[in-house]
Amino acid sequence: MTNQEYSKLVDQYTKNSPLWSDCLKAFLVGGLICTLGEGLRHLYLYLGADKTAAGSWVSISLIFLAALLTALGVFEKIARFAGAGTLVPITGFSNSVISPAMEYKTEGFVTGVGAKMFIVAGPVIVYGTAASIIAGIIYYLFLR
Amino acid sequence: MEKLRRGTVKFTAPPQILAHGCTVSKKESQGPLGSLFDQVQEDEYFGQDNWEKAESQFQAAAINICLNRAGIKGSDLDGAVGGDLLNQCTATSFAIKDLKAPFLGVYGACSTIAESLITAAALVDGGYGERVLASAGSHFCSAEKQFRTPLEYGSQRPPSAQWTVTGAGAVLIGKTGGKARITAATVGTIVDMGIKDANHMGGAMAPAFADTIAAHLRGVGARPIDYDAIFSGDLGVIGIDLAQELLRREEIDISSVHHDCGEMIFDRKSQDVHAGGSGCGCAASVLCAHVLPMLESGQWKRVLFCATGALLSPTTVLQGESIPCIAHAVELRGPAEPAEPTESNEQAG
Repeated sequence: MTNQEYSKLVDQYTKNSPLWSDCLKAFLVGGLICTLGEGLRHLYLYLGADKTAAGSWVSISLIFLAALLTALGVFEKIARFAGAGTLVPITGFSNSVISPAMEYKTEGFVTGVGAKMFIVAGPVIVYGTAASIIAGIIYYLFLR
Repeated sequence: MEKLRRGTVKFTAPPQILAHGCTVSKKESQGPLGSLFDQVQEDEYFGQDNWEKAESQFQAAAINICLNRAGIKGSDLDGAVGGDLLNQCTATSFAIKDLKAPFLGVYGACSTIAESLITAAALVDGGYGERVLASAGSHFCSAEKQFRTPLEYGSQRPPSAQWTVTGAGAVLIGKTGGKARITAATVGTIVDMGIKDANHMGGAMAPAFADTIAAHLRGVGARPIDYDAIFSGDLGVIGIDLAQELLRREEIDISSVHHDCGEMIFDRKSQDVHAGGSGCGCAASVLCAHVLPMLESGQWKRVLFCATGALLSPTTVLQGESIPCIAHAVELRGPAEPAEPTESNEQAG
């Protein structure tokens, strides 16, 4: 049997992830997180923050909540159910920084926590920054 | 020991299983085999302050049970052979260092217990010593940390993913005085069918399992129905089907006697383990908790235990390499019956 034939056989026997139910769960949980964010924004506006400050406070609050839930071991359980629903909002970013920080604490605060904290989120920061530079250049050259 | 065919040997004076022990964690104890394990340690940290030390502790505990049952100390061992999944096999080295026993560390990924058993049996049979220990273990948390993502990182697994068993098994092999015996073995050949998905170990390992089973059956001249059971290590539900299909194409039907340690150890419906259990501790703990006791009690007479391993590393996966896999087969028999004239007559089948 060739590798190609075997690969086909494997595909034939392998069930795919349940796409529709995964999408629905992601939509519901992701939507709930965004609704919470919107609720918080109104709360901060009501408490007297201006629009920009209220937005920042919402991000800070969601990052804190996700970090807290990660530390309590709850976030992973929600994410196992929600998938992209928790990954895509800012909660996912928070979890991806806190979880390695916890995991590598046993390897020291410098070589463990410090060095490995961005092991998951690092690429997001690197390529996010790179993309923003490219976007900035395009804006400068053509749209200014 | 006598060579039957390339890779397959028959033990003319079969090394005996003098004692065995296994330790698992809470999740394994809640599975279908829960009541059979020798020791359940509910604390996943096993009183340690990191996952790596915890993994060592699980293996040390299994070894301890095994040696206590045999009534011997580490200093009575002529040798110890063992391995695990961690980088540089540290879980085993740290578990064994206090035994002060001559030690060989082996790596066969999830097939490690079979590799350890074959090595230990060959050492005993070859006159190296009287008593050699074979052990293997794994820990869900240290395996996740090394091979996947940090434990608390939120992600979903595909249906083909498997759950690393937290546990270990240890088997003491000696020349005389045991019930179950190792009568033959096949050292597997690495098989790589180009599967690259590290979340699909069953698919990657099934061809290696099929290859070794076919080689062993040819080597000893046996049919699948000559065995009370044929065990795979941790193919999981998809790997089981694939392996049986591959063997059917070679006109070998093992479906009526095939069991998979990874499929048995967890209840897939309620324990959220997807395709089943995996890890060195999976085959090792099921061997000690279920397979060997069934042989020792005489309920089974002849079993083929074939643990499977995926020889990948996080680096090879990231570099886009396919997954080389291996399977080693150990043929086990129950207590020798008094009517048996000589050992040399009993391999025919």
